[in-house]
Amino acid sequence: MNQSTLTEAAVNPRPAPLSRKREPAWRTYMRRLVKSPTGLAGFLIIFVVVILGIFGPWLAPYDPNQAEFAKKLLPPLTDGHLLGTDQLGRDIFSRLIHGTSVSLIIGSCTVLFAGLIGTILGVVAGYFRGWADIIIMRIVDVKLSFPFILLVLVINAVIGAGLQNIIISLVFAGWIVYARVVRSEVLALREKEFILSCVATGVPRWEIIVKHIVPNLFTPIIVLSSLQIATYIIAEASISFLGFGVQPPQPAWGNMLSEGKDYIFSAWWLITFPGVAIVMTALGVNLFGDWLRDVLDPELKGH
Amino acid sequence: MLDYVIKRTGQVVVVLFLALTAVFFIIRLSGDPTALFLPPDAPREQLEQFRKQLGFDRPLHVQYTEFMTKAVQGDFGTSLRTREDALQMVINRIPATFQLAFTSLGLSLLIAIPIGIQSAYRRNTWFDQAGVAATVLGQALPSFWLGLILIYLFAVQLQWLPTGGGGSLVHLILPALTLAAYSVARFARFTRSTMLDVLRKDYIRTAKASGVPTYKILSVYALKNTLIPIITLVALDLGVLLGGAVIVEVVFSWPGMGRLLMQSLLNRDFPVVMAGVFLIAFIYAVINFVVDLLYAYVNPQIRFK
Repeated sequence: MNQSTLTEAAVNPRPAPLSRKREPAWRTYMRRLVKSPTGLAGFLIIFVVVILGIFGPWLAPYDPNQAEFAKKLLPPLTDGHLLGTDQLGRDIFSRLIHGTSVSLIIGSCTVLFAGLIGTILGVVAGYFRGWADIIIMRIVDVKLSFPFILLVLVINAVIGAGLQNIIISLVFAGWIVYARVVRSEVLALREKEFILSCVATGVPRWEIIVKHIVPNLFTPIIVLSSLQIATYIIAEASISFLGFGVQPPQPAWGNMLSEGKDYIFSAWWLITFPGVAIVMTALGVNLFGDWLRDVLDPELKGH
Repeated sequence: MLDYVIKRTGQVVVVLFLALTAVFFIIRLSGDPTALFLPPDAPREQLEQFRKQLGFDRPLHVQYTEFMTKAVQGDFGTSLRTREDALQMVINRIPATFQLAFTSLGLSLLIAIPIGIQSAYRRNTWFDQAGVAATVLGQALPSFWLGLILIYLFAVQLQWLPTGGGGSLVHLILPALTLAAYSVARFARFTRSTMLDVLRKDYIRTAKASGVPTYKILSVYALKNTLIPIITLVALDLGVLLGGAVIVEVVFSWPGMGRLLMQSLLNRDFPVVMAGVFLIAFIYAVINFVVDLLYAYVNPQIRFK
């Protein structure tokens, strides 16, 4: 830096921030999102999935359970069936759209409940340490010694199939991810000066946790959740594929594939489109999640 | 070192003990385990008789003590279908699952490490971007669907490979590839990021300045320091691999533990399920134990933590 730039900076400081209103945070994020092709693609995919999940019943051209044997196994683009029909003559496009809401409900509910339980236990373990920490972390260790999908399958087989029970078993197996992440964040936070000064000035514990610890956990939790949703959606599809999840005739992407695999020799479209739907959704969520992580947690960028 | 071995052994024993407890309670999550062991339309007298026979009418702590005493001796009861020893049935399936899991592990490392190294070296070129795109796509692919698509392409359309079954190398190709896909994505991504860190180190710059050929820097100097974190990830992923094997085995009718477990779940053959779930936890714990010991051996800092 030489003399002239120094004086220039001194004479001509930054444009006064007072003269312009600060841009709202969501607009900053939107501007950055538009600049990232992958993040934007992920966002658009999620947008479409959410719209289909919510308004699916009104958008689907046919009743998803209306069987018409005369029209069974029609290939795509015949007779007004965009993606063809299945072994009972049901419209695959309509079934796919109806299946969207299943994936959407599973993904969001599981993230919500697993996140809530995991966060509470993680905060308790990380902040209070002692016995609570030992017990919670032992449970985490034990759960980690079973493969996630196996645990979900067995719990589901025991408590029975159905949408609600899938969410229960996914939450049961899924909260530990949150508990671990939150605990390690809290362990780091409680040693920070702003927390120590709270403790020293006698701020009550609950107030430290609610007002100072929890707000600092939002970023890691949001980033983790955005990536966990895809895991849960794929897990539900796997369980339904294996016959323990959403039961036919209710359409879900996983059980559509399960029914379609018996026709793998004659009708490729039965096993193709539900799979594409799963991949696109998981891809969209992951792309958006990666972008979110880069924006909220810039230190990790490029890794 | 001996202290560390003893300490870790103690931890493994505790975790396995708790895992057994978990198996015991999971079976009782539904309230009445008797219903799990019988078809839903079983008559009432049969239910009552069965409850007595399996001891489900006794107090919970008595059942728990008995279950634990027997389980510790490897007795999970006999299969309700075949009357064979439940644990032995699962043990018989271990070789097939290991064959599948380790083939796909080897396969994924063989594919992932070179890709990861190249992506790190050619950072931000088309190669790197294609690699990143492929790994992102790989993580979004459910293994059972990839399996179906591979069956459709290579077994139904091209008729090069069988649709499923076990027994020969030909049968192993598609399931191993399917199972490897997910790990390839993870390993390649991880190798890339670790390699990026290593390539920034001073000793690499020194090697470059001294005129060491690039291929040697990448495959000898940098790779060595990349391998340790990769081994950790591999150990962590073995659980994912064993879990993934459950699904892949079902898709390809591969005669391993996963397929047996699924059949037993569908048949409500819970002694076999309990034995299988515990055995998988056991294998997983042993693998982690061995990896930790290797670590402690390589890196003395861990021993004294």
